[in-house]
Amino acid sequence: MIGGLFIYNHKGEVLISRVYRDDIGRNAVDAFRVNVIHARQQVRSPVTNIARTSFFHVKRSNIWLAAVTKQNVNAAMVFEFLYKMCDVMTAYFGKISEENIKNNFVLIYELLDEILDFGYPQNSETGALKTFITQQGIKGQHQTKEEQSQITSQVTGQIGWRREGIKYRRNELFLDVLESVNLLMSPQGQVLSAHVSGRVVMKSYLSGMPECKFGMNDKIVIDKQGKGGTTDEPGKSELGGSGKQSIAIDDCTFHQCVRLSKFDSERSISFIPPDGEYELMRYRTTKDIILPFRVIPLVREVGRTKLEVKVVIKSNFKPSLLAQKIEVRIPTPLNTSGVQVICMKGKAKYKASENAIVWKIKRMAGMKESQISAEIELLPTNDKKKWARPPISMNFEVPFAPSGLKVRYLKVFESKLNYSDHDVIKWVRYIGRSGIYETRC
Amino acid sequence: MPAVSKGDGMRGLAVFISDIRNCKSKEAEIKRINKELANIRSKFKGDKALDGYSKKKYVCKLLFIFLLGHDIDFGHMEAVNLLSSNKYTEKQIGYLFISVLVNSNSELIRLINNAIKNDLSSRNPTFMCLALHCIANVGSREMAEAFAGEIPRILVAGDTMDSVKQSAALCLLRLYKTSPDLVLMGEWTSRVVHLLNDQHMGVVTAAISLITCLSQKNPDEFKTCVSLAVSRLSRIVSSASTDLQDYTYYFVPAPWLSCKLLRLLQCYPPPEDGAVKGRLVECLETILNKAQEPPKSKKVQHSNAKNAILFEAISLIIHYDSEPNLLVRACNQLGQFLQHRETNLRYLALESMCTLASSEFSHEAVKTHIETVINALKTERDVSVRQRAADLLYAMCDRSNAKQIVAEMLSYLETADYSIREEMVLKVAILAEKYAVDYSWYVDTILNLIRIAGDYVSEEVWYRVIQIVINRDDVQGYAAKTVFEALQAPACHENMVKVGGYILGEFGNLIAGDPRSSPLVQFNLLHSKFHLCSVPTRALLLSAYIKFINLFPETKSTIQEVLRSDSQIRNSDVELQQRAVEYLKLSSIASTDVLATVLEEMPPFPERESSILAKLKKKKGPGAVSVNELEEGKREGGELNGGGERGGDSSSTPSPSADLLGLRAGPPVTAAAPSAGSLLVDVFSEAGVNDDGFLSEFSRFVCKNNGVLFENQLLQIGIKSEYRQNLGRMYLFYGNKTSVQFVTFTTTLNVQAKPVEPLIEGGAQVQQVINIECLTDFSDAPLLNIKFRYGGALQNLTLKLPVTINKFFQPTEMASHDFFQRWKQLSLPQQEAQKIFKANHAMDTEVLKAKLLGLGMALLENVDPNPENFVCAGVIQTKAQQVGSLLRLEPNAQAQMYRLTVRSSKDTVSKRLCELLAEQF
Repeated sequence: MIGGLFIYNHKGEVLISRVYRDDIGRNAVDAFRVNVIHARQQVRSPVTNIARTSFFHVKRSNIWLAAVTKQNVNAAMVFEFLYKMCDVMTAYFGKISEENIKNNFVLIYELLDEILDFGYPQNSETGALKTFITQQGIKGQHQTKEEQSQITSQVTGQIGWRREGIKYRRNELFLDVLESVNLLMSPQGQVLSAHVSGRVVMKSYLSGMPECKFGMNDKIVIDKQGKGGTTDEPGKSELGGSGKQSIAIDDCTFHQCVRLSKFDSERSISFIPPDGEYELMRYRTTKDIILPFRVIPLVREVGRTKLEVKVVIKSNFKPSLLAQKIEVRIPTPLNTSGVQVICMKGKAKYKASENAIVWKIKRMAGMKESQISAEIELLPTNDKKKWARPPISMNFEVPFAPSGLKVRYLKVFESKLNYSDHDVIKWVRYIGRSGIYETRC
Repeated sequence: MPAVSKGDGMRGLAVFISDIRNCKSKEAEIKRINKELANIRSKFKGDKALDGYSKKKYVCKLLFIFLLGHDIDFGHMEAVNLLSSNKYTEKQIGYLFISVLVNSNSELIRLINNAIKNDLSSRNPTFMCLALHCIANVGSREMAEAFAGEIPRILVAGDTMDSVKQSAALCLLRLYKTSPDLVLMGEWTSRVVHLLNDQHMGVVTAAISLITCLSQKNPDEFKTCVSLAVSRLSRIVSSASTDLQDYTYYFVPAPWLSCKLLRLLQCYPPPEDGAVKGRLVECLETILNKAQEPPKSKKVQHSNAKNAILFEAISLIIHYDSEPNLLVRACNQLGQFLQHRETNLRYLALESMCTLASSEFSHEAVKTHIETVINALKTERDVSVRQRAADLLYAMCDRSNAKQIVAEMLSYLETADYSIREEMVLKVAILAEKYAVDYSWYVDTILNLIRIAGDYVSEEVWYRVIQIVINRDDVQGYAAKTVFEALQAPACHENMVKVGGYILGEFGNLIAGDPRSSPLVQFNLLHSKFHLCSVPTRALLLSAYIKFINLFPETKSTIQEVLRSDSQIRNSDVELQQRAVEYLKLSSIASTDVLATVLEEMPPFPERESSILAKLKKKKGPGAVSVNELEEGKREGGELNGGGERGGDSSSTPSPSADLLGLRAGPPVTAAAPSAGSLLVDVFSEAGVNDDGFLSEFSRFVCKNNGVLFENQLLQIGIKSEYRQNLGRMYLFYGNKTSVQFVTFTTTLNVQAKPVEPLIEGGAQVQQVINIECLTDFSDAPLLNIKFRYGGALQNLTLKLPVTINKFFQPTEMASHDFFQRWKQLSLPQQEAQKIFKANHAMDTEVLKAKLLGLGMALLENVDPNPENFVCAGVIQTKAQQVGSLLRLEPNAQAQMYRLTVRSSKDTVSKRLCELLAEQF
């Protein structure tokens, strides 16, 4: 189990140090600093073993979080905990930065006391935590005995993530499907690897203890229903170019509120949601991905001192949709001495500090194309090493799910209170972002 | 070097550097650098030519980026361009970039060499200096090839500026160190030596470094520098502190130069010219005098500079080792430092005294500081200083103060640092053995040693104590009593149990009379330790038990009980099980007589070099200075008349055909001396080396010069030899005993010899002459390899030529008083070799005398107070040095034993002589 948890700033100074077990001493703090932080990015692995002590670290901007143990722990569990810890901290005080951590160190120690006990992870649900770890200082003392006992029964009870007696005038819920699409493509346009990792994030403002049921176009479910002969949704392709009905999900994980037994037997997702914002599920798909953009590079070396680059991008989705925040990054050789760029749309600039030409387009509709051409002058160098030609990468944001996932329904049942599924206002939004979206040139 | 003034400062560079320093993260730094590199690239690429200033600025930036750890793959050409600029700063930056960044296989090296050549031939001294510095900084082989011829010319040219000369000397030194084969001094030698007379002190200081390095390689060519150095030194030493102006450092005149001069002189033996020597001695005395003067300044630099010269002077005095007066003064001076506040000084004083202690002249003087040194050992806070103090105590120990020193070292051992304990233990063991006056003291000391620092007592130490106890009848009873008492301590170290087991097993009967140590008590005591010990110790204890059965029949049943128990007879360890089973059977089957024969007391061990000493020699520690020297001396030995290899491999391949015919009489020649490694298993190994016929044949010639060296049914080799001082001539007579001729008769010697007739007629004799010159002392005899064909069969013989170190003795007559004075002077532990051995021949006084005379030393009558004893004196003449040797042979007619002690000024000689002579009587 986790023996201790340390938080460092970018210099390796310890901001938070919490030791849970005796086998972890002060020297472990220094060992990590010396061997990992000060190694100046020599250490790539997130798990480092120093003198029979394992260090699991994640980095958030300039902040290092390291969990330390001397035992043979489940590494996935430790990392899940670290990410959860980051989420909790973000929920409490926003961005994880040195400043914020210093300002909230009392809170962090309080949280650490609560979510780890003798190195064993405990309830780390933000909603639940916020009921008894508050930032309002003295206010906690005004809680009635009743309220306190309620907290106890809730935290220790079966549904730890939601307290009873929540009331809203307007029952509302927001559903976001957030996907990031990753791609590696050969210069000839052949897909070398592609996958989408997505999240369904839900924000619920519902009264009482509602029972929810979530449905999407999961291939297994659709096929089952197809056998039953109830294809009740003839409306085919609202999004994208492909008119496929169902998607194959490679793997998915759920929030703890989802009843897994029901998912296993019926493949239906039913749950009592926590109050406020939370992540309902995570999934990954690799088949039939809609690639929102196609990059066609053309690189020609003219003699030893000149390079001509031409890049065409094509948008590949419904013309009515608009992609945003498009950025194409074309790497330049290390001995570049001058660049001239011409582009039809957007703005392009040679950024010497990053050794790349960065081409930015604010908005672009579907089924369009645009191109950039650049002339790069080179300086002859001593070493004969050839330029490695790193891939051209791209960033964008599109208002649909590249995996093809669609929300079919989200039903809310609350038997005790007097509102029905129809009274709940539901909002659904799809956002597709680029992950690592690269084309070799 | 003109500093870059504010107006000349490169603002762009300063801004860039401050940008980098202000970067918050590594990523930001990389971004800034990428941006700057792109900027520089575009500037270098730009069409319009850059002016010198911006070129310099950008090259500077590139250099800075490179030094931050990023790769730079352009800009070399621009840097080379800067070399041809006429501005100092631009040239300087160009050279800087090149010495840091250009690797030797670059294509640009030709251009660079050209630029350097131009600068060297320019008349501008600063440019010449820059070029020389660049050559020295790069210092590659290519540079040496290009400029090794040029630089000496610059160095000795009359019109070269002083500063350039300085740079040239240091540059040449650097090139010489990287590729000595390319720097040929030849015709420049004498002119370089005369740089010592240069007016400019800086030139002298630079040149002396060069000369020191060169004269270490070929001392003969630079011999003339000695007198120059001495006169220079005397001028500096006698000058008033203000005379040398710039070269006076905190009131000390030219301290660096003085130190270098003194170090140069240490490359050479004392000057032979009386006047020069007198002047040098005067200098050294002045330096010693100055050390006594009150300091002119309280600044630490002043005392540092003064002490640096003083210590260098003292090491020169120690190096010469010929001026008793100076040695004693140096020793007194060091004695003062022993109590100095400064830890470094105390350390240095102890270290120098260690070497002083090994000089015969100052040994006594060093001994007077014993109290201080002991105090240092106890109270010093720094472990390295304590280590030196321990070394010094070891070095200054002799018979007179051995008891005190050993006691102090023992008491220190209890608190000593773990890092030096093992070495201390070895030293105590050696001192105790070497200077043991009575052996009960020795046994006490070693047992104490095991008690205090058992973990650090190596096998060799307790092997040795057992060897000694076994060989000395008088101490056995005492030893048994002492170990018995020591074993009664509730917790005792395993080594103690080993010693106890062995000694009680052998000599337990000597103390069995006392009811407090009756056999059963002894056995129970030993057996109470049994279960706490490791397997080898248990095995040893089992052997001790079976010996008990022999010594005390009354314990038989008890011991058989123990042996029979399951934990022994069914022990999982094979060795223990086997011993238990065999001993049990032996004790129950064999009769008392058989038992007594089998389990007889161990025979005395053959006397050998102490195995502990060998162990200490093996330890290469900073502390073991004297011992290391001793080993080096040994390595140098064995050089005879320019002889190539050492005769290590002396075993011949016996010719099979000859053996088949049964013609060969002598056994194969294996004259390998017992190696040091085998000593470690002394205790358990069979006593005695197989002593074959040839070895004695060889040893016969130690005391005589003529005779038959070898004879079998085919061949007889006679020998006749004469020696004068360090030269000798040996006639070898090869006689054919058969009636058939030997063809292709060749002899090869690992030293040079005149060729011999390839043919020996039947019954005829041929003669071969070998001229011998002794260069330095040696221990291995030269090997003679003889090959010939007899009938069809090839015969092969390898013989040791009876050339031994004692052949080069010159007898020395001296009176009793002189003898003992000399004897005392040679009291260092390593200078003495001693052996106690049993007589092989009858103890006839006349025969002994004849043998000793044959040895070549002068037999001194009426010197030793005991008329039974023999003392001899002689000097071994080698080309390198003369080694005075003294010998004392004490026969003990009752015990049929001899004690032989040899002391000589060189340790290897004493040891070799002792080995040679021990075989003679």
